[in-house]
Amino acid sequence: MAQLTYREAVAAGIAQEMERDETVAFIGEDVARAGGVFKATVGLFDKFGPKRVIDTPISEQAILGAAMGAAMTGMRPIAEIMFSDFLAVCWDFVANEMSKSRYMSDGQLKCPLVVRTGNGGGSRFGAQHSQSIENWAMAIPGIKVVAPSTPADVKGLLAASIRDEDPVIFFEHKSLYAIKGEVPEGEHVDTLGTAKVVRPGKDATIVALALMVPRAIQAADKLMTDHGIDVEVVDIRTLVPLDMKTISSSVAKTGRLFTVEENPRLCGWGAEIVSIVVDELFWDLDGPAVRITTPHIPLPAADNLEDITIPSVDRIYSKILDVLR
Amino acid sequence: MAKKKTLKNDDIDEKKRLELYNSQYLIRVAEQRAYDLFLENLVKGTSHLSLGQEAIAAGFATAMQENDKSFCTYRGHAHTLARGASVVGVLGELMQRDCGLMRGKGGSMHLTDTSKGVMGSYAIIGAHLPMAVGSAWRAQYMGHDDVATVFFGDGTTNIGAFHEALNYAVVYKLPVVFVCENNNYMEYTPIESITAVKNPAADRASAYGLDSIIIDGNDADEVYRTAQAAYSKARSGEGPSLIECKTYRQSGHSRADPGAYRPDGELDHWKKNNDPITRYRSRLIEFGVKKKIIDDIEENVKRLVDEATEEAKSSPVPPEDILTTNVYANGGWAWRN
Ligand SMILES: Cc1ncc(C[n+]2csc(CCOP(=O)(O)OP(=O)(O)O)c2C)c(N)n1
Ligand SMILES: [Mg+2]
Repeated sequence: MAQLTYREAVAAGIAQEMERDETVAFIGEDVARAGGVFKATVGLFDKFGPKRVIDTPISEQAILGAAMGAAMTGMRPIAEIMFSDFLAVCWDFVANEMSKSRYMSDGQLKCPLVVRTGNGGGSRFGAQHSQSIENWAMAIPGIKVVAPSTPADVKGLLAASIRDEDPVIFFEHKSLYAIKGEVPEGEHVDTLGTAKVVRPGKDATIVALALMVPRAIQAADKLMTDHGIDVEVVDIRTLVPLDMKTISSSVAKTGRLFTVEENPRLCGWGAEIVSIVVDELFWDLDGPAVRITTPHIPLPAADNLEDITIPSVDRIYSKILDVLR
Repeated sequence: MAKKKTLKNDDIDEKKRLELYNSQYLIRVAEQRAYDLFLENLVKGTSHLSLGQEAIAAGFATAMQENDKSFCTYRGHAHTLARGASVVGVLGELMQRDCGLMRGKGGSMHLTDTSKGVMGSYAIIGAHLPMAVGSAWRAQYMGHDDVATVFFGDGTTNIGAFHEALNYAVVYKLPVVFVCENNNYMEYTPIESITAVKNPAADRASAYGLDSIIIDGNDADEVYRTAQAAYSKARSGEGPSLIECKTYRQSGHSRADPGAYRPDGELDHWKKNNDPITRYRSRLIEFGVKKKIIDDIEENVKRLVDEATEEAKSSPVPPEDILTTNVYANGGWAWRN
């Protein structure tokens, strides 16, 4: 096992796949010589050169369109959209093009590509550089949606995304880039569509994603220490495909469901999970299923305001305590 | 012997010149202060300074009339100050205090002061060009005499919105002025390495039937004259202009960017030989402006910025109850009953 940061795991995942497969190439703004604005792709340019690691103009439509055209005709491109907020600029390619070409062509076309993007808040960047938009992506049939919370998952799920035959939107959380964790040595490929129980428990289930996973674990630990409440935490890891088996078996065991979501409340991914659970596991529930989310507001820049907007350890802890008491 | 230039034989009078200097100097000192406050960890989040690019903001704003509209990028402190926004409001916003122009809700990249015609600063590249076009459409539609000016970087010329906005503005002959601040870099990438033409804005002008205009963006007089011409063209119904201003960003792209991508000596060269403030100060002296007058301007600006800094520092952080205000027109955020 090697200790890598989350950002190093990004570069490691890309490097592993580029070494293995000549058709993998990587494009984006300031990703090559500068190693990315989040320094997540440092070293790739030196290793693979300007043919395969390319600095592009600020042309998001061209970036995704080109990635798509290359993917349709035999490559496996990785395209970076620096901040996930900017995906709105080129959303046509996500919402109308790469997600639909396989279907519209009745399987003649395919788009095996990965769109990597920096998602999420916590950096005091304000309303246009901090959003969690995984729920926008989840709403579109035809794309897969991945959002890892640990360095090992970054590497393994990124590799799996690159190998996948469908277009994948890969959300890296900006506030996790600096965290460190064990990553398996040698080739590491994970499986899309698999959630993980990251903290076992018996009294309630928290389902969380990305930055909300470490927060949920901390809240769960505190609930155990302070009140002996034993909460299980499930890291969803990929929203599409969604591993309902893991979520459902946890809820069936604990009888209580909480989702912790960074996306603003309306139509957040948790709403989908809650609705499935209410539909399929209603008689297993011992109480209401509760969503803990960012409120339905744009994100403020000021640190004190941002901190009370995105679900915090304290908020998760108090909410669960309130509901369970 | 050549006759020494006096203010009389020049088209810009002393009063305007001093205004131009004051504006540039204020931006310089305020931006340096923003940087110092960042180092003190009092500016949170990100910030993008216009050090070295002051002449463009000063030149255009000085040529504007009061009801003119400015649309800025995240690198918008300079343009906001140049329109006369309060220094406390700007520094306070960078420091995310209650006294900030937007009370900390927008932050450094979104400075807005509609009372001064600053219709916002936008952090999604390209977005504000069509918005400026829309402001110009409203002016034409409603018979108002204001002109919209939109400031953007060299890198922005490679996004679709730039091209759509230009074509649209020309088709409808709208009173909008497109100002490209070419500082040589798109973040960390030299602009020429990712652009099909040498002059990213001017070389595209012909595609939209516009004149190719390239000016020295570090010469406030040249900027001011060019702006005046563009505004009178726009106000007389002759349509848009696209102006490429050559300049250089003396600070990092954002925050503490050390600028490792700059070739050796490049930054020093610009600072030493082509700093807009140094150049303008020497010109004032050459034109016979008394040193005392210049010193007074500088002293006043420094005092203003010092006082604003103290006031911003002593302002509280925004109260939590503003978190959910102004999401909708009724002032609140409710989405259900
Ligand atoms: C749509 C979009 N893509 C990328 C970015 C990230 N970004 C912020 S500033 C910048 C460079 C802009 O360069 P330029 O237009 O030359 O302006 P400058 O910063 O030099 O003033 C980039 C790529 C963004 N904000 N929006
Ligand atoms: Mg630039």
